[in-house]
Amino acid sequence: MTDAKPLVRAFILDNFLMGGDREGLSDHDSLLGRRVLDSTGFIELVTYLERTFGVRIEDHEMVPENLDSLDNIEAFLARKRVSRT
Amino acid sequence: MPALTSAVLDIDCADEVERIAIRLREIVGTKLRRRGVVVAVSGGVDSSVCAALAAHAFGAERVLALLMPERESAPEATALGLEVVTQLGVPHAVEQLGPTLEAIGCYERRDAAIRRVVPEYGSGWKSKIVIVRTSGMALSYFHLVVQSPTGKQREVRLPAPEYLEVVAATSFKQRIRKTMEYFHADRLHYAVLGTPNRLEYDQGFFVKNGDGAADVKPIAHLYKTQVYAIARHLGLPRGVCDAQPTTGTYTLAQGQDESYFSLPLHRMDLALWARNHGWEAAAAAEYLGLTSAEATAVWADIDAKRRATAYLHARPALIAPVDGVGDEA
Repeated sequence: MTDAKPLVRAFILDNFLMGGDREGLSDHDSLLGRRVLDSTGFIELVTYLERTFGVRIEDHEMVPENLDSLDNIEAFLARKRVSRT
Repeated sequence: MPALTSAVLDIDCADEVERIAIRLREIVGTKLRRRGVVVAVSGGVDSSVCAALAAHAFGAERVLALLMPERESAPEATALGLEVVTQLGVPHAVEQLGPTLEAIGCYERRDAAIRRVVPEYGSGWKSKIVIVRTSGMALSYFHLVVQSPTGKQREVRLPAPEYLEVVAATSFKQRIRKTMEYFHADRLHYAVLGTPNRLEYDQGFFVKNGDGAADVKPIAHLYKTQVYAIARHLGLPRGVCDAQPTTGTYTLAQGQDESYFSLPLHRMDLALWARNHGWEAAAAAEYLGLTSAEATAVWADIDAKRRATAYLHARPALIAPVDGVGDEA
């Protein structure tokens, strides 16, 4: 799970920043605030996280605090892993 | 600043109808050089007003109204459409699109995508997509609502591939309708009217090359509230003037505000008007019955939809300019 961030970063770069500022996305940047994700992109990200990391993301967990930056996503996935063990 | 009330959307309907009629004649007759218009009439207020405006601008005999029910259309919508065209005295044709949509796989492709999420979904079931917003409305995503033949409803979140495929399949409806509209327009040398109101046009609530395709869009500058006012001014049937807008796309009844917009339509009208007239979200919040944070989220949602749907408005892009072609030729 410690390897989540590079995988998620690659997914975002490949799917949402094809022609954009690939170098400029920092770990703490807001994906919505920087307009990397629109609403369809957001559900694509959630589907990717569920299928790649084998987690079930509940509706109440779909909040910016969990999903709006690479840092937040990594921390969220780590919490999900702890809660499963 | 003045108060943000319904009064900001008041228009002089008689003046507006004349202004639209003059522009329609200029655009269709002079610019496009077509001798009449085709308009698809769904029974909703937007298309009914467009048909009435066209009849006023060109005379009823130069308008062809198309009613295009398919397997899942509400019979009462078609009946209302017939009432409108009969009242207006415009020629009309009824085109049954069910067999075409079936042949192209509209229903089956949609249902196959739904079955990946709800395996028991099948004959006799109904469905719709609804938008779900997180508290504070910062994020949104989509739920599928299904109803079994016994009437039991279930709601599940749609993963991205299934959401995109359900929308892509149902968009056949708008695109096949437009194909039929252009068949009739071509044979009559008419132009095709597009019927979006300002909310739909501004926020990208249309299918590219479907209901978004048209030669002229007579009410794209009018807020939904103003379209209703013109419907009443033109004396359209009560069923049209009082109707709650639905998408008419899914088998379960679906309001536009549960599938797309972040507020009920009248308040969405006011919010968009305020956004367009320089209001800060916090200042508008009280008038819209929202908290400051909610109004800020609505403002952000308006901007986000404009960005996300710019692709729908975009004309085909060229690698290099092609001189001598298009509007300026």
